[in-house]
Amino acid sequence: MADVTLTIDGKKITVPAGTTVLQAAREKGIFIPTLCHDPKLSPWGGCRLCVVEIEGMRGLPASCVTTATEGMVVQTASPAVLEARRMLLELLLANHPQDCLTCSKNGACSLQDYAYYYGVRGDQFQGEKHAYPVEADNPFIVRDLNKCVLCGKCIRVCDEVQVNNAIDFAHRGFNTRVTPAMDLSLKESEACVFCGNCVQVCPVGALVEKASLWQGRQWELTKVRTTCTFCGVGCNLEVSVKDDRVVRVRGYDNPLVNNGWLCVKGRFGADFADSPERVARPLIRTGARGEGRFREATWDEALDYTARRLTEIKEQYGSRAIAALSSARCTNEENYLMQKFMRAVIGSNNVDHCART
Amino acid sequence: MAGLAIAFGSGAMTNSIAEIEHNDVLLIIGSNTTEAHPVIGQKMKQAARRGAKLIVVDPRRIELVDYACLWLPIRPGTNVALINALMYVIITEGLVDKEFIAERTEGYDNLWSVVQNYPPERVAGITGVPAEDIRAAARLYATTDRAGIFYTLGITEHTSGTNNVMNLANLAMITGHVGKEFSGVNPLRGQNNVQGACDMGALPDVFPGYQKVANPEVRERFAAAWNCRLDGTSGLRIPEMIDLAAEGYIRAMYIMGEDPALTDPDITHVRKALANLDFLVVQDLFISETAKFADVVLPGASFLEKDGTFTSTERRVQRVRQAISPRGESRPDWQIIGDLATRMGYPMEYNSPEQIFAEMAGLTPSYAGMSYERLAGDGLQWPCPAPDHPGTKFLHAGKFPRGKGLLQGIEYQPPAEVTDEEYPILLTTGRMLYHYGVTTRRSAALESYRPEEYAEINPAQAAELGVKTGDKVTVVSRRGRLVTRVQVTDRVPPGIMFMTYHYKESPVNILTNAAFDPVAKTAEYKVAAVRLEPAG
Repeated sequence: MADVTLTIDGKKITVPAGTTVLQAAREKGIFIPTLCHDPKLSPWGGCRLCVVEIEGMRGLPASCVTTATEGMVVQTASPAVLEARRMLLELLLANHPQDCLTCSKNGACSLQDYAYYYGVRGDQFQGEKHAYPVEADNPFIVRDLNKCVLCGKCIRVCDEVQVNNAIDFAHRGFNTRVTPAMDLSLKESEACVFCGNCVQVCPVGALVEKASLWQGRQWELTKVRTTCTFCGVGCNLEVSVKDDRVVRVRGYDNPLVNNGWLCVKGRFGADFADSPERVARPLIRTGARGEGRFREATWDEALDYTARRLTEIKEQYGSRAIAALSSARCTNEENYLMQKFMRAVIGSNNVDHCART
Repeated sequence: MAGLAIAFGSGAMTNSIAEIEHNDVLLIIGSNTTEAHPVIGQKMKQAARRGAKLIVVDPRRIELVDYACLWLPIRPGTNVALINALMYVIITEGLVDKEFIAERTEGYDNLWSVVQNYPPERVAGITGVPAEDIRAAARLYATTDRAGIFYTLGITEHTSGTNNVMNLANLAMITGHVGKEFSGVNPLRGQNNVQGACDMGALPDVFPGYQKVANPEVRERFAAAWNCRLDGTSGLRIPEMIDLAAEGYIRAMYIMGEDPALTDPDITHVRKALANLDFLVVQDLFISETAKFADVVLPGASFLEKDGTFTSTERRVQRVRQAISPRGESRPDWQIIGDLATRMGYPMEYNSPEQIFAEMAGLTPSYAGMSYERLAGDGLQWPCPAPDHPGTKFLHAGKFPRGKGLLQGIEYQPPAEVTDEEYPILLTTGRMLYHYGVTTRRSAALESYRPEEYAEINPAQAAELGVKTGDKVTVVSRRGRLVTRVQVTDRVPPGIMFMTYHYKESPVNILTNAAFDPVAKTAEYKVAAVRLEPAG
């Protein structure tokens, strides 16, 4: 495709035809705020924060849905643009709980960031505010529609990525809200599969992970990239940790695999690691087989006992009287070592795992 | 895996996940993808939204059926007949890829000699799928360039599992739908590291990289690297281990991260075998049903608590990174195995999984070009034979590992157990979205949302028994009985019911049949004959 050259804030920029003004600006590091835009979702042009001034065009077009054309001259921060953005933010804040002190999103909230950046306090208009009950009837997601800025990203991710269409805009004007059909909760709707991809794209605190509430501020989290354990797809995870505890799991953006998206297990299932049922110390059997009665032991005792019994049985009955099951849930390194252990130490090829097919 | 290894010479997903959204036809057979592999399921639905045509072969009206242009509601256990009929249509209507058959395959005459006996009208009687739908599916698949096959355990967990897979390979080869981007034969791996566990040689007949233990040269190489003597006789597969443990020949078992007392078929037999051992060591996160039989339980660390690599279903080797410290006094499994080996007089002293990986890569040709440094980003797909090799997006371009692809005619054999007057309902089993094996039962969030089994039964069965959704019933097979709640739904047709294997409170493998595929030794989890009785 042919290239086009346009001017943004005095800089000449050449981009492939079809590129939006927003993309062109961002490629050159020019800041334009957005709430409803996500490069992985279709552009919508709903929040209007990304408005710019373009010579020869009437009004202030939204840069996320305006295609760059040859010779276009764009201003991203003219007085008219700044005034429009400030007004938009004032209007959003006029009906937004100002509870940043305790909001989970504090420190990673686009609305908060833009309000600060543009010096908007949200005290210009006093009027009616929403008083929706917070929805927390499911174990995964807390939905606080009072904080929703109607950017529609959750709707688009549910439609375009999860292809589930569990939610959409309903009602009109001031009463517009995002909801499952018939104004049910996500749980009641039975259409939602709790993939939580909507939580991941929410720019504000309207959608948050229930298990993350009060567990750590955004800036306290250490993020680790790893690979999910719940099926063979190999989704990349971003695991957020505070004080040696997993606070939150989100998709890591590996475009070759999950492109940042997850399912309910990958996103919300990691708490099994901290289950009180975890075996904390080595155990040695005290009851009958199958009863599951044990006493705790030290590692030295348990390993010495195991090594002694395996050696005895090998000597008495031969290597082939011993068999091992390795695990399709363990790492490659561990599977490698298990088969090496059986072959080199025990001396038998009796090693298998349940997912041979 | 065995089926693809016979047909092509190696068993793995031939294509990549990122190709799915660009496919024009997806033939999805025996895979409830949106629940078992949800993120691949997303991509299939996205492809359908874009205009790709989905052909879904499944006895249940799974979610993907809503996105399909053709749904073939097959009777469980009749896949071979159906695939033969698809090939019958393709061959008789001249839709084969003659060039591909001539240049890349052998055995076409043998294939036709069998397939010619499977006209759709006959197969409709076996499978329950209307002949016209079989014809439509065959035409659509054969005449679309970017057509891929996707399957999981609905194909393999049968006594005919290996045959099912080989027949899918036949179907792909006669249409030239393999060895290129966007079309191939794609087993979706159920567990996170099935591919890796196989690649690493956690199998009784091969070392890492599928190098045969029976091959003296291979053995010599590993013996030199490991400084030990090696047995050239293939070992036992799981069902053989269990049988021989029950008979007293296997005296000790070391079970890491598996729960055969819950997840193997006919668990009554498994439990007897485990109880009969002289010594059982179980390495796990929890006191699993298997661990209850253990002499020693060694607490392993979860994937969040250790470093390493997993190999995903698309052969992509990716890093696992430690996020939190091992809980309690638990230790990473690699440390435990190493420590045990050292105590048995074979020093296995590794400082890190990276060191283990490097040793493995040096002995495994398909991983030879990989290192932790190279895996730091988005991972690498095997084969990756050299440090400057970019990895392999799709397999079998130009040539199969075995040379020519093997076409082999496969006769339909009914499942090991069929319904009769006493056991009139066919039970099929699988996974559901909110659970995975057994670990998710320990996730407070997931468990609170789906704490118990809801066996799917058809309204016809419900009416006979006089039960409604939420009521309890007793399910009885020749091997055992259990009580479960039911969900009354037309997701399952009359005469068929579905249960998951996640719940130890209603352990479905008390019911399942320990009849095995003769090659892969995979059990027929997908077909058991049962009857329903009122609970109580």
